[in-house]
Amino acid sequence: MNFRKTLMAAAAATLIAGAVQAEDLKIGFVYVSPIGDAGWTYQHDLARKALEAKYGSKIKTTFVESVAEGADAERVIRKLAQDGNQLIFTTSFGYMNPTVKVAKQFPKTHFEHATGYKRAKNVSTYLARFYEGRYLTGIVAGKATKSNKIGYVAAFPIPEVVRGINAFTIGARSVNPNVEVNVVWTSSWYDPGKEREAAETLMSQGADVLAQHTDSTAVVQAAEDKGKFAVGYHSDMSKYGPKAHLTASTHIWTPYYMSVVDAQMNGKWQSSNTWGGLKEGMVALSDFGPAVTEETKALVQKAIDEIKAGKLHPFQGPLKNQAGEKVVAAGKTMSDDELLKMGYYVEGIIGELPKKN
Amino acid sequence: MPELETIIAIALATVRAGTPLVFAALGELITEKSGVLNLGVEGMMLIGAVAGFAGVVVTGSIAVGLIAAMLAGLLISLIFGVLTLTLQSNQVATGLALTIFGIGLSAFVGLSYIGTPIKGLQPIDIPGLTDIPVIGPLIFGHDLLVYASLLVFAAVAWFLYKTRGGLILRAVGESHEAAHALGYSVIGIRYLAVMFGGAMSGLGGAYLSLAYTPQWAENMTAGRGWIALALVVFATWRPARVVLGAWLFGGITIMGLHLQASGFEISSHLIATLPYLATILVLVLISRDATKIRLNAPASLGKPFHPSD
Repeated sequence: MNFRKTLMAAAAATLIAGAVQAEDLKIGFVYVSPIGDAGWTYQHDLARKALEAKYGSKIKTTFVESVAEGADAERVIRKLAQDGNQLIFTTSFGYMNPTVKVAKQFPKTHFEHATGYKRAKNVSTYLARFYEGRYLTGIVAGKATKSNKIGYVAAFPIPEVVRGINAFTIGARSVNPNVEVNVVWTSSWYDPGKEREAAETLMSQGADVLAQHTDSTAVVQAAEDKGKFAVGYHSDMSKYGPKAHLTASTHIWTPYYMSVVDAQMNGKWQSSNTWGGLKEGMVALSDFGPAVTEETKALVQKAIDEIKAGKLHPFQGPLKNQAGEKVVAAGKTMSDDELLKMGYYVEGIIGELPKKN
Repeated sequence: MPELETIIAIALATVRAGTPLVFAALGELITEKSGVLNLGVEGMMLIGAVAGFAGVVVTGSIAVGLIAAMLAGLLISLIFGVLTLTLQSNQVATGLALTIFGIGLSAFVGLSYIGTPIKGLQPIDIPGLTDIPVIGPLIFGHDLLVYASLLVFAAVAWFLYKTRGGLILRAVGESHEAAHALGYSVIGIRYLAVMFGGAMSGLGGAYLSLAYTPQWAENMTAGRGWIALALVVFATWRPARVVLGAWLFGGITIMGLHLQASGFEISSHLIATLPYLATILVLVLISRDATKIRLNAPASLGKPFHPSD
């Protein structure tokens, strides 16, 4: 059963109250959007379902979806803690401060916050190296494009998104140096209509492969309608464009969530900061579409192997920024700190990065 | 200089982006002209979007989907009608509640339709006519609902200013006491106006889920209902201005995207605010002449009426 926001607090409480026995591990999940059938929250919920399948009656999971970031979140997180959830996953950046605040009031409850940077004795943070997946999808897009123009529909110019665009571009140019990537910002994480128009705009200007960092599936659908190609994000979006969908960079939370639950059950849970990628199984590509050639698949597999072996890093030198200035020297690799703060475009991207002012 | 094809693409996209607003805003215009302020447009659009989508999934017919969308919008607006007209509840609060209710109900009903692919409404293609350079795609290159939105506009404009019914509707919106004294059923007329507004909002929502982005996704209107509401004021309750305003709003959004894609050095944040800035600017320009606004704004807008008063 799903409950809408207005009902959820009361409903979640009654749900939990009856059915659980004392020895079960109760785990709470807070989601920022509806689960749907693709997207950020959907991937977290896949992991939650995997936990239920693995541990069966030993755990009891509760989730609350469509929780707005801010005051609403604090109320929901506190409610979950009060209801005896010993482990609580808060899965959106905006839950950072509410999570830390509630964690102070419940020192025995363990919190896992996705994408944040504030930790405490009972608050861990975790994130995936999405840029590794972006790099791989860049390879696929770079091989698929005929016009050498790739369109990228993005939400907001924050480091996380810019990093993805850069990694994608570097990947595309690693197999096709003539590729140019054109970015259109929608200033919204979720607006199917606007994402669709952004996609149409890019295609009308010559792009024949599209990538996206927004939450709806409208971009893939637009590419399908126009007979072009698209790369999905978060989840496999091939349903919306059977022919257009080349692949998607997806997040796999299951292995991490299982390790956290194991640690919790063995009494070995510790506050930590996890940033895992392909190697840790937190990032993966979805199945390739019919348009992807064997040659491309082999190139991607090679890159996967090299990234896993530590031989290849998407942000390894020599790297130039948009203006042609060297940002990473040959033989060097960008540090995690630099990655997290990334605020410029690399070579091969058209247009200016919107400034913060 | 942008190429001709780009300009045509912008023009087509502008009309597409404006069409859901045209439907919803014309519906709300009629509702407001009768003196009722229904802030539930966003909710009614979502209900229409999900009902239309469900209709197409179940029957496979776009026509059935469109009828379902209008009926659903109409039914949901009836709740508003009963509450505000018969039970005399506050129109602003009830309208807001209707939006929240619509968002929740559409999400609930739509759960099983998420991710269901459908074949959406395609642009018409008349051999010979659509192929004419420039004019062909501009006149004959839209989907049927775009033409329907123009028909609705013509019908609304004709009805309001050229028919006896329109005169009565406006009279009810200007002074319900006077209309009542003349023997017109104020409540009955307002019910009809509210229902028309609901049906048109439903149709606007269905344009999103059946033609614009043929899929159902929770909250897919993304605030367009509120824009439609603003458009009615922006247009000073004049049908032609509603249509132009909707296209202006859509056009500026699309222009922003094209400017970005052309590598024009302009902040995406600024571009995102442009449609709203333009709206405010036009509002300022229009409201310089306060008499003209008062001439068009229904004098009894938002005021409750009971025949016994």
